[in-house]
Amino acid sequence: MSPTDLAIDVTGVTKKFGGKTVVDAIDLSVRRGEIYGFLGPNGSGKTTFIRMLCGLLTPDAGQGTCLGYDVLTQQTEIKRHVGYMTQRFSYYEDLSIRENLDFIARIYDVPDRAAAVQHSLERLGLQNRSAQLAGQLSGGWKQRLALAACLIHRPQLLLLDEPTAGVDPKARREFWDEIHQLAADGLTVLITTHYMDEAERCHRLAYLAYGKLLARGTLAEVLAGARLNTWSVTGPGLLELAAGLRGRPGVEQVVAFGNTLHVSGRDAAQLEAAINAVRNPRHEWTRVRSGLEDVFISLMDEAKDNFA
Amino acid sequence: MSAATLHRLSFYRLWAIVWKEFIQMRRDRVTFAMMVGIPLMQLMLFGFAINSDPRHLPTAILAADQGPFARTLVAALRHSDYFALTQEPATEAEAARLLQLGDVQFVINLPEDFSRKLLRGEQPTVLIEADATDPAATGPAISAVRAIADTVLNRDLTGPLARLRARAGPIDFQIHAHYNPENITQYNVVPGLMGVVLTMTMVVITALAITRERERGTMENLLATPVRPVEVMVGKILPYIAVGYIQVTLILLAARFIFGVPMIGNLALLYGVSLIFIAANLSMGITFSTLAQNQLQAVQMAFFFFLPSILLSGFMFPFRGMPEWAQWVGTCLPNTHFLRIVRGILLKGNGLAEIAPEIWPLLLFLAVAMTVGVKRYRQTLD
Repeated sequence: MSPTDLAIDVTGVTKKFGGKTVVDAIDLSVRRGEIYGFLGPNGSGKTTFIRMLCGLLTPDAGQGTCLGYDVLTQQTEIKRHVGYMTQRFSYYEDLSIRENLDFIARIYDVPDRAAAVQHSLERLGLQNRSAQLAGQLSGGWKQRLALAACLIHRPQLLLLDEPTAGVDPKARREFWDEIHQLAADGLTVLITTHYMDEAERCHRLAYLAYGKLLARGTLAEVLAGARLNTWSVTGPGLLELAAGLRGRPGVEQVVAFGNTLHVSGRDAAQLEAAINAVRNPRHEWTRVRSGLEDVFISLMDEAKDNFA
Repeated sequence: MSAATLHRLSFYRLWAIVWKEFIQMRRDRVTFAMMVGIPLMQLMLFGFAINSDPRHLPTAILAADQGPFARTLVAALRHSDYFALTQEPATEAEAARLLQLGDVQFVINLPEDFSRKLLRGEQPTVLIEADATDPAATGPAISAVRAIADTVLNRDLTGPLARLRARAGPIDFQIHAHYNPENITQYNVVPGLMGVVLTMTMVVITALAITRERERGTMENLLATPVRPVEVMVGKILPYIAVGYIQVTLILLAARFIFGVPMIGNLALLYGVSLIFIAANLSMGITFSTLAQNQLQAVQMAFFFFLPSILLSGFMFPFRGMPEWAQWVGTCLPNTHFLRIVRGILLKGNGLAEIAPEIWPLLLFLAVAMTVGVKRYRQTLD
């Protein structure tokens, strides 16, 4: 693969805050036109990593390029071609929707500004509310405005930091449809999220905990790489069953999903031995595919043992 | 696009910031009210309330002698406007008590033998006791007494008594009080207010401007765009220069039409120099906002700048009366120089040549504040 096919290509990126390593030697390459999901618990270093990509923070170590520009020296050029949507709504609440878009368009010196603003309003269905102050908008509308604003200068790379936090399911789905449309048009998207259904809509994923990249690849690759075995059980008295299973060797997770219980562990033989010890005819046991959430929790537990 | 074009200051981006600030200023009613309200309030307080030449001070008189000379003297004191004879205590103890209670500012003690001694040419003593806890309140009245004493009895001392008139001293002092001969406090205070009001509002407004962006999270967004520190700083200064000029105009109008302050010099020159002073204060505010973590800290810093600007600049107290170290501090403050410029132009009719020594310190302050501000404004979140 030639380097020009990569929107992001960095190695060994590290950031420390007061002696604490927040991002620890991360290598990442993202292809152009790809939707790359960034997952991990709170405080795992996702936001810090994104800020280093768009020139808001300077890495303490590491090197690489973003859109072909050096992340250490060409931050000004990177800023021109990247759209960054912050975790917290960071447009002006005392400006109207149109004024916010117009301001951003002026800052980027967008050609034919009036048309660009109008187009952006129409595309996001905001033209009827264009005079409304941004501070009066609900969470979902604020998110749409933020997306419209960071697209107005036609960036090549979109960095979205938890864009759908606190947004209702319908708005989330519409948001993702929009993201897929943009990716189809050639935009590269790096997105952080806590939602597993959203992670499954990404082309590729990376899982970050304690500043380290623990897993990456397509959904299938991440699931396969975790080598996690999961059994599902239904029947009466699941609560007592769960209590009996927890703490047995080989049982790493016991999670209730409505009327079923998911029991997972990395060592298949140990897990089966543990299950056989509590198995009785009232319960129906089936082996199932491990979910992404099971995999991530397992990865985090493993990471905790190693680093914390 | 080449790196050279990228690093050049862009007027598009600068204008974007200016335009945004104007909209936000218009929507922020409280700040807007502060910009107009503070000059009006200060004009009322300082313009109408402060008087450095207090008159009609309550006075107790203890007149043991009721003769014609004594009566003439008492009448003259009353006519000087400085003394309002409010009490006539019977004894010295009662008079002392009035002074201690603060019911009177002065006690005038005319001895029993006043007329007799006067006629004998023995120079009688009149004791004036003053409550001098506030020297500013008693000072002008006491100076007035000395002038009265020399001339008051000249009309009564006629014929053979004429020899008792005060003789002229060996030197005849001629005093011409220029620029404000009537010693009207407002002529000094109202022009001075221009500097005080501008210092107060301009520093606070910009001190808040950048910390507000940081507190609301909009700074992260701004930093992620190609906008440059100088563009942000200048963009935040320009709209408030207009506000500064509104304040200057308000104060000048009040000075002319409410307080009747003479305006001898060139107003266009004053408006021109005000630009430097306004920009200097705005840059100072921006520098504060790059140091402060939040809006509260920014306001506190502005206050630390404001206090010496009002106390050590020569606005409240005579500059030359301060110890040398205080004069040095005062010399570093832009308000000190601006006060001299405003008073110089309005009251003395100074031209550019006369105020030039006060202009370059303002320019120096502006350059330093602006440089520190730009250097301190971080382009990243590091």
